[in-house]
Amino acid sequence: MSKISNSSRVIVCDGNEAAALGVGLARPDVVAVYPITPQSSLVEYVSQMIADGRLQAELMNVEGEHSVMSALQGAALAGGRTYTATSGPGLAFMFEPYIRAPGLRLPMVASLVTRDLLTPQCVWGGQQDAMSVREAGWIQIYCETVQEVLDTIVMAYKIAEHHDVMLPVNVCHDGNYLSYGVSRVELPDQAEVDAFLGPRDVNWHVALDPARPMAVDPLTGGAGGGGPAMFVKYRKGLCNGMQNALRVISEVHAEWGERFGRFHAPLVEEYSLDGADYALVTIGSMTGAAKDAVDAAREAGEKVGLIKVKTFRPFPVEALSAAFAKVKAVGIVDRAVSFGWNSGPVYQESLGALYRTGRHIPAISFIGGLAGADITAEHFARIIETTAKAVTGAVPDGPVWVNENDQ
Amino acid sequence: MTAQAQTLTAKDFKSDIKPVWCPGCGDFSVLSAVTKALAELQLRPEKVAVVSGIGCSSRIPAYTNVYGFHGVHGRALATATGLKLARPDMTVVVTGGDGDGFSIGGNHFLHACRRNVDMTYIVMDNEVYGMTKGQASPTTDPDWCNSKLTPEGPGVTKLRPLNLALAAGANFVGRGFSGDPNEVARLIAEGIQHPGFSFIQVLSPCVTFRSEQRGWKDIVRKDTLKPRHTMAEAMQVLAEDDGFNTGILFAGDRPPFQPGQKAVTELAAIERRFAS
Repeated sequence: MSKISNSSRVIVCDGNEAAALGVGLARPDVVAVYPITPQSSLVEYVSQMIADGRLQAELMNVEGEHSVMSALQGAALAGGRTYTATSGPGLAFMFEPYIRAPGLRLPMVASLVTRDLLTPQCVWGGQQDAMSVREAGWIQIYCETVQEVLDTIVMAYKIAEHHDVMLPVNVCHDGNYLSYGVSRVELPDQAEVDAFLGPRDVNWHVALDPARPMAVDPLTGGAGGGGPAMFVKYRKGLCNGMQNALRVISEVHAEWGERFGRFHAPLVEEYSLDGADYALVTIGSMTGAAKDAVDAAREAGEKVGLIKVKTFRPFPVEALSAAFAKVKAVGIVDRAVSFGWNSGPVYQESLGALYRTGRHIPAISFIGGLAGADITAEHFARIIETTAKAVTGAVPDGPVWVNENDQ
Repeated sequence: MTAQAQTLTAKDFKSDIKPVWCPGCGDFSVLSAVTKALAELQLRPEKVAVVSGIGCSSRIPAYTNVYGFHGVHGRALATATGLKLARPDMTVVVTGGDGDGFSIGGNHFLHACRRNVDMTYIVMDNEVYGMTKGQASPTTDPDWCNSKLTPEGPGVTKLRPLNLALAAGANFVGRGFSGDPNEVARLIAEGIQHPGFSFIQVLSPCVTFRSEQRGWKDIVRKDTLKPRHTMAEAMQVLAEDDGFNTGILFAGDRPPFQPGQKAVTELAAIERRFAS
């Protein structure tokens, strides 16, 4: 277990510990937990920090995820900075209070250690859990590396608490691959993180204020008491907060880069896109293997690039369509399924961004990495081959199931 | 084929899937006790359903040869209730652990007791979440400090499952110890035969995360609980109970929940269709 010291230094840890270290640096007031694979070690690391006195926070070890999110809403309503982490079925059980947090405009931060959803029974990674709640109103940011997990957790508090946003943030990292994948990590200095996050601010419209006692979210009549207009006002406010978040996420990532020297692409990363005829679109930890495959294909003369989606909610329509405008075909790789569309959710939503470009280029949906399956560089080499053919119009009928023949 | 045509043994109720529990886990002998009880009652495998939630002990359905369902965390009792109402002719056994049953499933436990549907709920209690690698459960002592999640102890009063079951209206309440599988089999057989909701807590050591529970064999008292027939008498026994007395605590006479007859008739017709 590494310690948070007063000097920036290099450590080696897995993604769950990196998330915990990020949480420690962000100094939350209340952490509520219920263990679930593959999240359990993450909250154990946080708990250890609290027990060791390295993090001054209340730890609530409650009886289930429904209670976790309810307890944290109580804490957030009272002005506390909160944290939790969950996965798959835990997120499903959390859903009822989870969907209220955005409407309440509570600036919470929670990790989703992504896991595929049952059934069939499965405890392994996949993004079906996070993708299933993409319409809940939480900001969703997907990490590629262990370092990005740590950095993004800290940034998430600044994004969530920005007055133009005031929305809860899910920092998603892939179960198995990032949760247990160990790598070199630069641990930022606590004082510098404190300076980055700035003075604590609980001037929220719902934070309990002794000068202004108020009952939050009462049911006082039709459509929230104020008629349809009142309900629309709040829905619209949430939508505006989401759209503001596109700017704020970019600003916060830029400031992080300036202060700590690590520039992570905030919304969409363009990789090897100069002179590319076609591109892969990836999300999360699969991107590492995809970049290796792109590099190898480039060396072999293939004009392929890569577009990584980091922020999925709010959906980065402009950034993505700007990237799409540079290529003639895209192969979009999902670690989840959009049932009813017979494709992946990133694919489906990317079509909306493609519409903005005004160009009708070929797009292929690849679905892989379900239930912990590995999408290797070899898989990506085949994805590149298939996408290359799409430039001349050869598009497979329906999605390509990347691990379909893997035993 | 009739039940008399072939005498079934415990082995006939076991599947060919090898359990993935840790060597020395108490759940092995609970599995044996379940199959032994089913054989003793000469139930037909196709007339029994074992329903579970999530956790180490909830893997049991796959290890038996009867109908089974590995359900949602904490919801085994709700699922089993639905099954029993759809097929009142089935013997329904619900299995799980203290995490599944008393944390997320705590609410269902209370309502299953008061609803009093005729089924038998076996909780393998090891006072720890085993599958997520050793966190405190609702039955863990407040000063148990060996969890990474609560290194200073959970600090919360432990639940007393028998007290809860009794107060909530369970019609049969017992406690066994996995170190005595014959006794557990007897309790399960009695629980299945007793009308209404039967609750059996089985002290089932987790040798991996609670190795000190190996010592339970020296402190468990065999058959010191004798069936009481009123809640007041049983409560009085529990007032003095340290959690290590075993046997049948309570056998009540509350009539079980009676499902309507319509579904039975319709499904019987479907069965005839399969048979023809």
